[in-house]
Amino acid sequence: MSQAAGPAGPGGERRLRLLVGKVGLDGHDRGAKIIARAFRDAGFEVVYTGLHQTPEQVVSTAIQEDVDAVSLSILSGAHNYLFPRVIELLRERGAADIAVFGGGIVPDEDIAGLKRSGVLEIFTPGTNTEQVIEWVKRNVRPRSLEPGR
Amino acid sequence: MSKRDETIPAGSRSREDWEARTLGPTVDRTPERPVGFTTVSDLPIARLYSREDRGPGWSEGTKLGYPGEFPFTRGIHPTMYRGRLWTMRQFAGFGSAEDTNARFLYLLEHGQTGLSTAFDLPTLMGRDSDDALARGEVGKEGVAVDSLADMEILFRNIPLDRVSTSMTINAPAAVIFCMYLAVAEKQGVPIASLQGTLQNDILKEYIAQKEWIYPPRPSMRIITDLMAFCSREVPKWNTISISGYHIREAGSTAVQELAFTLADGMAYVQAGIDAGLAVDDFAPRLSFFFNSHNDLFEEVAKLRAARRIWAHAMRDRFGAKNPRSWMLRFHTQTAGCSLTAQQPLNNVARVTIQALAAVLGGTQSLHTDSFDEALALPTENAVTVALRTQQILAEESGVANTIDPLGGSYFVEALTDRVERDALAYIERIDALGGMIAAIERGFPQKEIADASYHYQRQVDRGEKTIVGVNRHALQREPKTEILKIGEDVERAQLRRLEKVKTERDASRLAAGRAALRRAAESGENLIPPMLECVRAYGTVQEISETLIPVFGTYREVSVL
Repeated sequence: MSQAAGPAGPGGERRLRLLVGKVGLDGHDRGAKIIARAFRDAGFEVVYTGLHQTPEQVVSTAIQEDVDAVSLSILSGAHNYLFPRVIELLRERGAADIAVFGGGIVPDEDIAGLKRSGVLEIFTPGTNTEQVIEWVKRNVRPRSLEPGR
Repeated sequence: MSKRDETIPAGSRSREDWEARTLGPTVDRTPERPVGFTTVSDLPIARLYSREDRGPGWSEGTKLGYPGEFPFTRGIHPTMYRGRLWTMRQFAGFGSAEDTNARFLYLLEHGQTGLSTAFDLPTLMGRDSDDALARGEVGKEGVAVDSLADMEILFRNIPLDRVSTSMTINAPAAVIFCMYLAVAEKQGVPIASLQGTLQNDILKEYIAQKEWIYPPRPSMRIITDLMAFCSREVPKWNTISISGYHIREAGSTAVQELAFTLADGMAYVQAGIDAGLAVDDFAPRLSFFFNSHNDLFEEVAKLRAARRIWAHAMRDRFGAKNPRSWMLRFHTQTAGCSLTAQQPLNNVARVTIQALAAVLGGTQSLHTDSFDEALALPTENAVTVALRTQQILAEESGVANTIDPLGGSYFVEALTDRVERDALAYIERIDALGGMIAAIERGFPQKEIADASYHYQRQVDRGEKTIVGVNRHALQREPKTEILKIGEDVERAQLRRLEKVKTERDASRLAAGRAALRRAAESGENLIPPMLECVRAYGTVQEISETLIPVFGTYREVSVL
């Protein structure tokens, strides 16, 4: 039986810390709340920013809270501005190793561009929360364990 | 005369009899499908409904009445769609005021009978296009309106005395409404003749849609000022559209949508009474806005129960004497949250079912979603199909031929009673918390919705609830769908226009207007006249909204996960 490599290995590594963020003026928080709860139920530590955050606020929270990844939910159409802006700010603040992924209403043709700008993955409507959790387990590592990333 | 043939068995005398004689042997041979028979909101549905489901107290007179009569379960008009079809009102707004004006003219030309305006997020939040938080969002989800200059373009060549306009705006609703009044003044149209609806429902913002400026209590003051102003000056205007739509989109059940919306409505009525207004002076201008989801009968039951609960509340709880105050009039929009990005043409079928539910539920107006809305803002082609869906229902399907076609159906009446009972139980809990504002401050409706939304998502993830094309009948490769893209040039052009307005306007007239508005906020006099003056002086949405912040404060959400 194959097993997905989980973050909490036999050595008692710390649990993954994930930030779930809503940036910009977009108030659609149904998806963000569902994913935050699903992450929590899956055993991750979750920091939910609440609504109407600027990219600067999200990045500050991510650094202060020492999260391993930032996940953003954007349904406003402003993804092409907000995702790259968060990544740029993380780089400026020396935290480029914090993974960025997200979800929302993002047209297929925008996804490639977002990935080129450094977004690891975009989950579109209809995604099963368990798929997202599996993806996180495979792709996000505690920061301190991989200093070279 | 031949005697009855004793070899033909007589029909069952009761449900129990039928279950024992006819049903039992069949189920023993061929069991029912192993699925949960529940509504999309998870209400259990029985195998069969019959006379036995009507409780001992059930009577047609008290539960149904006749159309146009208390408690309006069967509809608010004596003729319903035989007299006049529902208003087909497609919500539109994107990009610049010029773009949306062109879409309005297109829709009017194609037989639409009312306008419905979608504003962009910065406008909805009371922010101008040049605010830092507006970056990347100008014109994306609706039309950008910063000042009267934009509103003049938005309604260019549309005579405001000949259309009815619905405006989906809440926190800065009073400002946008003043802009509409100012456009009418410029067109030479008396404001008393204006017809339309302002959404202006701030309570559901705290509950679900999350577009706010001030805390709940001062926000209620703006609303009661607007109700008082309109009852004198713009008597045909619907001052609030009390909205369940967004509550449902946020993930509530049908019962929660109904209960929280009606509890919001009761809070507005109470606020009006507390502000010294006579209930029958403003209640006839309150209207509602519901969602219509995929579960046909649950939606019909919800809409029928809504009318009955509201009629009782207005007459018995608030003492309204005018039958128009008892009538729950409503707009319906099909459920955006039910649409799938996968196999988007399937959404045409969903929207048809949802629109049918709205019509069978007796809606006064209807927006049908476009099939591509889970991908982006709708293209013109998709908008046309959505409008045609309504026209087919109205003119081909025959459902508009008779009033309340499902009335008296054992199932629909039982479900209507169930939904009513569950909604009333919620309303009692909210009353016990001290009313809706207190409940919001404690995060009660927010938590109930978050729980329901998570529960539903888990059911979908486990395959207990089906979404065709997503968790069943999915395709490996999705067909490509053409979508509407809003370019960044909209933002740049909007910023240029805003800058031009700011340099060309009469700054001293605006400063005087803002000072008067602030004084009104402090003294308690009606805010609308000084606000209208600020608008005439080309004050922006953000400038006018911020004038009130020192007096009213701003809202910070209690985040409920």
